[in-house]
Amino acid sequence: MSDLADLTVSEAASSIRRGEATSLEITNAVIARAGVTESHLHAYLTFDQDAARAAAQAADAALAAGDDGGLFHGIPIALKDNMTTRGTETTAGSKILSGYVPPYNATVVRRLQDRHAVILGKTNLDEFAMGSSTENSAYGPTRNPWDTDRVPGGSSGGSAAAVAVGSALAALGSDTGGSIRQPASLCGIVGVKPTYGLVSRYGLIAFASSLDQIGPFARTVGDTAALLEVIVGHDIHDATSYRGDVPPISTALETGVAGMRIGVVKELSGEGIDDEVAAACRAMYEKLAAAGAEVTEVSLPASETALSAYYLIAPAEASANLARFDGVRYGLRVDGDTTEEMMARTRAEGFGPEVARRILLGTYALSAGYYDAFYGQAQKVRTLVRRDFAAAYEKVDVLVSPTSPTTAFPIGERTADPLSMYYADVCTIASNLAGDPSGSIPIALDSAALPIGFQIMAPALHEEQLFRVAAEVERLAEFRQRPELATSEVRPA
Amino acid sequence: MPVDIDIAKVARLARLALSPEKLAEYDSQLQDILEHAERVGALPTEGVPPTSHPLPMTNAFRPDEVKASLDRDEVLEQAPERAGEYFRVPRILGES
Amino acid sequence: MSGWEAVIGIETHVELQTESKMFCGCPVRFGAEPNTTVCPVCLGLPGALPVPNEEAIERILRIGAAFECTLVEGSLFHRKNYFYPDLPKNYQITQYDLPFCIDGHLDIEADGEEVRVGITRVHMEEDTGKSIHGSETGRIHDAEYSLLDFNRSGVPLVEIVSEPDIRTPEQARAYAAELQRVVRSLGVSDARLEEGSVRFDANISVRRAGDDFGTRAEVKNMNSLRSLQRAIAYEIDRQIALIESGSEVVQETRHWDEGSGKTSSMRSKEESEDYRYFQEPDLVPLHVDQTWRDRVFAGLPELPAVRRHRIAATGVDRQAAAVMVEAGDLADLFDEAVSLGSEARTVGNWLSGDVVAYLRRNETTLADTHLQAEHLQELAVMVGEGALSSTAAKDVLARVLAGEGSPRAIAEQHDLLQISDTGALEAEVEAVLADNPDVLAKLQSGDLKPIGFLVGQVMRATGGKADPKVVSELIRNKATAG
Ligand SMILES: [Mg+2]
Ligand SMILES: [Zn+2]
Repeated sequence: MSDLADLTVSEAASSIRRGEATSLEITNAVIARAGVTESHLHAYLTFDQDAARAAAQAADAALAAGDDGGLFHGIPIALKDNMTTRGTETTAGSKILSGYVPPYNATVVRRLQDRHAVILGKTNLDEFAMGSSTENSAYGPTRNPWDTDRVPGGSSGGSAAAVAVGSALAALGSDTGGSIRQPASLCGIVGVKPTYGLVSRYGLIAFASSLDQIGPFARTVGDTAALLEVIVGHDIHDATSYRGDVPPISTALETGVAGMRIGVVKELSGEGIDDEVAAACRAMYEKLAAAGAEVTEVSLPASETALSAYYLIAPAEASANLARFDGVRYGLRVDGDTTEEMMARTRAEGFGPEVARRILLGTYALSAGYYDAFYGQAQKVRTLVRRDFAAAYEKVDVLVSPTSPTTAFPIGERTADPLSMYYADVCTIASNLAGDPSGSIPIALDSAALPIGFQIMAPALHEEQLFRVAAEVERLAEFRQRPELATSEVRPA
Repeated sequence: MPVDIDIAKVARLARLALSPEKLAEYDSQLQDILEHAERVGALPTEGVPPTSHPLPMTNAFRPDEVKASLDRDEVLEQAPERAGEYFRVPRILGES
Repeated sequence: MSGWEAVIGIETHVELQTESKMFCGCPVRFGAEPNTTVCPVCLGLPGALPVPNEEAIERILRIGAAFECTLVEGSLFHRKNYFYPDLPKNYQITQYDLPFCIDGHLDIEADGEEVRVGITRVHMEEDTGKSIHGSETGRIHDAEYSLLDFNRSGVPLVEIVSEPDIRTPEQARAYAAELQRVVRSLGVSDARLEEGSVRFDANISVRRAGDDFGTRAEVKNMNSLRSLQRAIAYEIDRQIALIESGSEVVQETRHWDEGSGKTSSMRSKEESEDYRYFQEPDLVPLHVDQTWRDRVFAGLPELPAVRRHRIAATGVDRQAAAVMVEAGDLADLFDEAVSLGSEARTVGNWLSGDVVAYLRRNETTLADTHLQAEHLQELAVMVGEGALSSTAAKDVLARVLAGEGSPRAIAEQHDLLQISDTGALEAEVEAVLADNPDVLAKLQSGDLKPIGFLVGQVMRATGGKADPKVVSELIRNKATAG
C-alpha cells in the first residue's frame, strides 16, 4: 500500500517529520479516499475539504517555523457530529438541529486545534448517540465498510467506518453504553472509552451525562493511546472532569502481559454470544495465557441486570438533557398557535422514533409514583455493578470479554425491535455504569469476513493496564486485514 | 407483570405532540421495555445506596470571575424567529 | 374576621449580586442590553455544562447562618423539569431534598409583638430569563407573542422558605422587611423589590381557630412591601368570604394586580405539576465541612436586630436606631462617630432626623454627600462646648452635607458661633438689666419667673449668638449679687 491514506498516525507523523510527506499531501490523500468511499459508506455528515486543506497548510507552516504540536500535528482526523464546532454545522444526527451552527468549540476540539490536528469534518451517528447501528441518523445510515449491506455499529458508526477505510487517520467518538467500542468491533479498528471524567464533556451534546465519555478511534493501539493523551486532562468548564493528575496511558505498550492477572467475565462468555465470536475470544484468552498472563474466570453477577438499569438511567437523563430542543433559541421550529403547541410539535417532528421512545421512557421512569421502582432502583443496581467490579479487581488486573455479542448485522434487521437492538450493548454497558475504562481491539474475521472485537476493561484511571494488554492482544492477533473499500487498488463502482 | 403507563400524560410532560396511533405504538413498546427493565427490582438492594455518579468527587467550583459573553448577533442568528434584540415565541398559555 | 385565623408562609427569592452568574462566567448586571450577557451555558446551547460559582455558595451559607440555620454537610443539586420558554434548558438547576441550609428562624416585631418565624430551608438555584409580553397591558393573557431576554438566565438565586408561622398581613410585611435588612447587612444582594432582586410569594390559607390548616393559595407579583401586605389582606378576606358563602378555596397560584387591588387565578392546573426531580448529573455533590461552616458563622457581620438593640442601648431613641440600621450606612457612620467619642444620642438624632431628611429632600445617598464621622464628632464637640446652639448645629450639618467644609470652618464663615464667653456677654447683660429695672427688681425680690424674658432680650441683642445657658447664669448671678 503506497497510499498516504493508509498510513497509521505514527507512520504519517514520522513521514511528515522526515520530510517525506506534508500534512497537505496526507490530507489530500485522505480527501481523495473519502471521495471514493463516501458514496458507499456515508460516514460523514459534514466534510469540509477546504477548511481541512487550509488547516493542513497551516500545520505545515507551523512545523516549518518550529512549532511542533506533537504526534497529531497535521494529522487529518474526524469528529463525531455530537461535538460542537464553532462555525461548522453540528446536528447530532438529528433533524431538530438541522442547520445549527454552534458559536463555540467543544473542549476536545480546542485541544486538537491547539496541537495543529487537521479536522476533516463531522461523522454520522445515531441521533443524539442513541442506537447501536447508526441507522437512527436523521440523515440516513452509515454502512459497514466490510459489507455495505450491514451496519457499522453505533452510535459512533461514522467515525469507526471512516477510520476503517482511511477517510480519516483517526477519529473521536462518544460512548454512553458502548458507542465507541461496539462500532470499533464491527468495523475492525481500535476504540477506547476512557475513565469517566478523564476527557472533558464540555461541548459534547449530552445523551446521558453520568455515562457519556468522549474517546479515540484509530487503527492501532498505539495511535489510539496517543490520541487519548491529546484530549485528556482537567477542564474548568466541566464540573465532572477529573481533577487529579492525568494517569499514565501509553507507558506500558511494550511491557507485555507476563505476570498480569486477566479475568474472563463468566456472564459474557456463553449464552447470547455468537459461537464464532466466543471461539475467537477463547483463542485469544489462550494466547494471553501462553504469553505469560494468569487467565482466570471471574463472575460479575449484577452485570446481567446492568442492561436493564442502563435502559432506565440513560433515558431518564436523556429526557432532561433533550428538553432544551424546543424551537425557541436554535434549530428546528414547527409553528403552533401557542408556545406550548409550537414546542410539542417541534419536538414531535424534530426527534426520530428512537429518541422519542427514550424520552418517553425516561420521562416515565422519573415521574411521580414510578421513580423509586425504576430510576431509583436502577441507581442501586448501579452500585451493585460497581461492587462487582471492585470485587473482581481484587483478584485480577483487567477483565476481558467479547465487545459485541455478534459481528455486524444486516441493515434493517433490528430496527423494528428495540429490545433486540438494545441487546447489542450487553457486553459494553457495565463499564459505563461503573465509569471504568474499556476498549475494543480487532482480533479476527468471522467466516463471513466480518471483524470480531475483543474487549478489555480496567479499573478507573488504570488506562495504562488497559493499553498494556491491548498492545499485547494486537501483537498476538496479528490482525492486518483491511476492508476492500480501504485498499487503494480496489475501487468499487 | 404489565406496567401501568398513562402514555398520553407522559407525552404531555415530555412535550411531544404525537398522534393517537403513534401513542399506541409507543405504549406497547414501552410496555415491552419496562417489563424487561423491571428486572432491576429483582436484585436485593436493601440498604444499597444509589450511585448517581461514577467518580467520588465533591465541590467542583469555579471562581467568581466574569468571562466574555457571546456576540448577540451570532446567538440570534440561530433563532428560528427573532424580533430585534430578542427571541420571539408565539402566545404563552400559562405564567410561570 | 372574628373566629378566623390566617396561616401564612412566605417564599422569598433573592438574586445574589455576585460578579458572575451561578453556573457560567457571564456578568450579573441589571439593565444590560437584551441578550448581551449570555453564553452557551446560560442559553442552554447543546453541549454546554454548568460549573457552580464558589462565591455564590459562600453567600448562601452566609444567608443560612444569619437565620441560624443548620448548614448541611452534604448537599446536592437537582434538576427540576418543566417546560417554559424563559427556562433555556427546560429544567432548572435547584436543590431538592438536600438544600444547603435548614431549620433556622427570623425574629420580627409587628403590632408591638415579637414573633419568631421559622425558616424551613434556604436553597440555591438559578434564575430564569425574562419574557416581555407583546400586549398593551403587558399581561400574558392578552399577548399574541412574547419576546425573550436571557440576560437574567442563570443569575444565582437563593430561595428562603418560611414556616407557616405568620398570622397577619402586618407580620408578613414585617417579616419581608426584616429579611431584606438581613440580606443587605450581609452584603450579598441589595434585595430591591422594584428591580426584582428580591421577590416574595405568599402561601395563604384560613381556618377557624383550632382547626387544621385550610387549602392554600399562592399569591405572586407583589412589587412592594405595601402590596405584599395588601395582597395578603385581600386574599384572607376573599378566602373567608368564599368559605362563609359555602364554597371552597381552590389550591392554585393567584396573581396580585396592584391597580385593581385584587388577586386573580393565574392558571387552573388540569393536572398537578410533576417536576421529575433527579440529581443533576452534570454536577458533583457538595461537601461543607466543619471548618467551612465555622468560618461562615465566624465571619457574619452584626445582624440588624442585634445592631438595633446595641444602638438603642447607647441612649439613642429606638426609632432612631431602627432608621439608622435600616439604612445601614447611617448606622456605620453612627458607630464610627461614637467610636471617635461623640455623644451617641446627639449623633443618633442628627443621623436619623436631619441627615435622613436632607437625603430625601435632595434625592441623594449618604455616599454622595461629604459627611464624615470626623465632622459629626467636631459638631458634637462644638455643641458640647456651647460654641454652637443646637439650632445652628442643624444649619452647619446641612452645609457639611452639601460639601461646604468642616463644621468649625462653616460656623466661623457664616458667623454662627455662639457667644458663651462670660466676659463678652457681661456688657450685654448689664445693658439689658439697665433697660429693665422693674424686672431686675422682681428678680431681686426672689421671683425668678421673668428670667426667661431677660434671656430673650439678650439673645435678641446678640443676634441669637449668645449661649442662653451662660446668659441665664449671668443674670442669676447679677440678681442675687445685687
Ligand atoms: Mg424557587
Ligand atoms: Zn452565561
